[in-house]
Amino acid sequence: MADISIDFLGIKSPNPFWLASAPPTDKKINVVRAFEAGWGGVVWKTLGSQVKNVSSRYSSVNYGGKRMMGFNNIELISDRPLEINLREITEVVKMFPDRAMIVSLMADNNRTAWHELIKKCEDAGAMGFELNFGCPHGMTERGMGAAVGQDPEIAKMVVEWVMEKATIPVITKLTPNVHSVVPTARAAVEGGTNALSLINTIQSVTGVDLDTLVPNPYVAGKSVFGGYCGPAVKPIALKMLTTVSQDPMASRVPVSGIGGVSTWKDAVEFMLLGATSVQVCTAAMNHGFRIVEDMCEGLNNWMDEKGFAKTTDFIGKSVEKITHWEDLDINYHHIANIDQSKCIHCGLCFIACEDTSHQSINIERGTPYNNYTVNEKECVGCNLCKLVCPVDGCITMEEHRVAPDYINWKDWQRLGMPLNDH
Amino acid sequence: MSIKNNRLTTAEYQENFADIHPPFETKDAALTEANRCLFCYDPPCMKSCPTSINVPKFIRQITTDNIKGSAHTIFSSNIMGAGCSKVCPVEKLCEGACVYNLMDETPIHIAKLQRYSTEMAMEKQWQLFDRKPSTGKRVAIVGAGPAGLSCAHTLSREGVEVTIYEKEAKGGGLMTYGIAAYKVTPEFCEDEVNYITSIGGISIKYNHELGRDISLEELQRNYDAVYLAFGVGLARQLDIPGENLFGVTDAIKFIYDLRNNDYSQIAVGDKVAVIGMGMTAIDAATQAKRLGASEVHLIYRRTQDEMPCTEKELNIAKLDGCNIIWLAAPKEILGDGENVKQLVCDVMKLGEPDASGRRSPVATGETFTLDVDMVIKAAGQMPFSEMVSGENLQNNNGIIAVQGKSKTSANNVFAGGDCVNGGREVVDAVQAGKDGAAAILKQIISPDYIIESELKPKFNN
Repeated sequence: MADISIDFLGIKSPNPFWLASAPPTDKKINVVRAFEAGWGGVVWKTLGSQVKNVSSRYSSVNYGGKRMMGFNNIELISDRPLEINLREITEVVKMFPDRAMIVSLMADNNRTAWHELIKKCEDAGAMGFELNFGCPHGMTERGMGAAVGQDPEIAKMVVEWVMEKATIPVITKLTPNVHSVVPTARAAVEGGTNALSLINTIQSVTGVDLDTLVPNPYVAGKSVFGGYCGPAVKPIALKMLTTVSQDPMASRVPVSGIGGVSTWKDAVEFMLLGATSVQVCTAAMNHGFRIVEDMCEGLNNWMDEKGFAKTTDFIGKSVEKITHWEDLDINYHHIANIDQSKCIHCGLCFIACEDTSHQSINIERGTPYNNYTVNEKECVGCNLCKLVCPVDGCITMEEHRVAPDYINWKDWQRLGMPLNDH
Repeated sequence: MSIKNNRLTTAEYQENFADIHPPFETKDAALTEANRCLFCYDPPCMKSCPTSINVPKFIRQITTDNIKGSAHTIFSSNIMGAGCSKVCPVEKLCEGACVYNLMDETPIHIAKLQRYSTEMAMEKQWQLFDRKPSTGKRVAIVGAGPAGLSCAHTLSREGVEVTIYEKEAKGGGLMTYGIAAYKVTPEFCEDEVNYITSIGGISIKYNHELGRDISLEELQRNYDAVYLAFGVGLARQLDIPGENLFGVTDAIKFIYDLRNNDYSQIAVGDKVAVIGMGMTAIDAATQAKRLGASEVHLIYRRTQDEMPCTEKELNIAKLDGCNIIWLAAPKEILGDGENVKQLVCDVMKLGEPDASGRRSPVATGETFTLDVDMVIKAAGQMPFSEMVSGENLQNNNGIIAVQGKSKTSANNVFAGGDCVNGGREVVDAVQAGKDGAAAILKQIISPDYIIESELKPKFNN
């Protein structure tokens, strides 16, 4: 049995799965249920100045009959009195001392406010802080949330205020609503942050109601941009995580990965790209806290199969696998192969290739089933046919190197190799 | 033992004749199923449909909340798409070809999805087709069954005025009169006919029989073209002793009565033998059982490998408790001089293949005897030979001979459906009606005239 526990800057957690700062971590009743279900930690929903929420607050994107492939919200930070939150944090820490209790903070934009808030939360028993520099709605108009995270200088200044006062680890949470997360990540590290977390939600419009013509979510005939999350954002989050993991300065501190994590596999991907812990919200809001059971078991089984005894054995292992395009091996070539014994003759590979790619699949018409084979000469190895094929293992990509040696684009140009394949 | 009606309570009749293939209860249920569809290219389901309904397209339209478009896709290929969704032997057509079968997965419930879209269209009375400007042409159609209605609708869309002469008091043909009651209700059949004719330009003259109330010559004289779609009707005789005893009937008449009367009015034997193993035989057997017969035997002279019905249909009969007797042919019906008492059968074995390619049954010399009080003949239907010969139409044993798909030997007279193919599925008749309309338009308008359904859909290029 592998050891799936983590040590995040001294904060111990029996597993790497934390609930992100969000509605599921707003109250004692939720967090107790989460810990009873087996979550390794929580980031308590952001505490700060008093706010007022609206109704409704969420909307989602369904796809192919699946609900909540993407999810957005316009909810603000905790709208409950600070004292109640602090009291409940103390109670929960007492009940579950082995779980990570991180408290998300977003004070008014002055040093004193931050210092006061930090003091109160440390007194309540918080084990670490997460600075909310990412909330994309509501708070930004007041100079908070993403308004801080989008400006590296302001972010650095606020981190410095925090570090003056905090005696427990501080995680700075980054907003994805920037062209690159790296400048703010560097600024936060320069300001002294102990760790980073990313991504916060992405500004979005999930859709427009075709009857009322009002976009979602609906609030009295109007809507606003909401923060997008859920499975749809995972690829974007992984990319942003990688840019942080690959940056010499930003990667000096541990990272908590966030963005569409729904299963143990998603979590492992975040960890392979540099995350020490992962944070989950949408999947729990979709299915409840019980999903953590399979996350723990799946991670454990995968680690056993791969021979990883502890999480640090694989964290960050895939970071170096993402390179620059100009360093890719131009002589690598693979060609699609259709296993005729598995083919169900749906023709999806053919029409995708014929209409939108390289006309590399031959069709032999039949009644009622057509036969499809690969025209190897034309196949550029793009993967599209394999991606659309509904049968696992039917279409495989087989390696046919153009030449044995590695050669990249820079060398190719330098050697004056032919440019046009066609 | 006796033949009698009113064997069951009203509640039992209701339960026994309730819809055997219930529709999706909710939109979500339909969506879940529709989303399973892989949206195949050049789809096997479409190629296996005699009317070439673009199945993946209409299913995708369900998933995009375009039910109107979905119904239009279905009806453009098959104007009886609603009825066909209830009566088609889909397990040997579209659903049988679904690629999920090749993955050993349940095929898409195409019929059920088709029913979802088409029933909504009928319920909401969506008028999905426009008529082209009038051509000034008039066509007479004989028979308001699937072939006739399909031909009429196609012609009407092209701006032709159509008059249908129907010998019965209702339209729909075998859909209305010849199919098990748990598949379609009389109300549905009537709604379907009304929905089809609501396009306009189609008038149906009921209780008008060719050869009795009207003559072909008269129709040829008064119309630009005539389309014959009067089907087949007469049950094949057994030609064995005792066939005239009380208690011997045929499946066509049995089901006709059942579809035209209250169930409690239909008399059924205590012990019933049904001769044949086609869809109609199964319908007759299951309906007899569901009317309260205690024993129903389905008797077939060949084996399961040669049976004309689908396995799914056979299973319905088995689940209804019908007893299946393979390799048996009726030899003699014994009675008390008035009523059926017993059925004597030859035990058969399979010999050499016959003209149909199936191994033909030969008597072994052994026999067995069943105690029965009712014998239902369902060994196929005979064409209206006398009428066909009487109208001087070239024919093969009463089956109208055609050039191409529908041109008969008579001037400007076309034909299609069961009266030309000898008796096939509703969906085949619908396609025949489209083919007939296409041929008629080429004849009465221009040899180059092309209708939409003759074009290969762009979708599949």
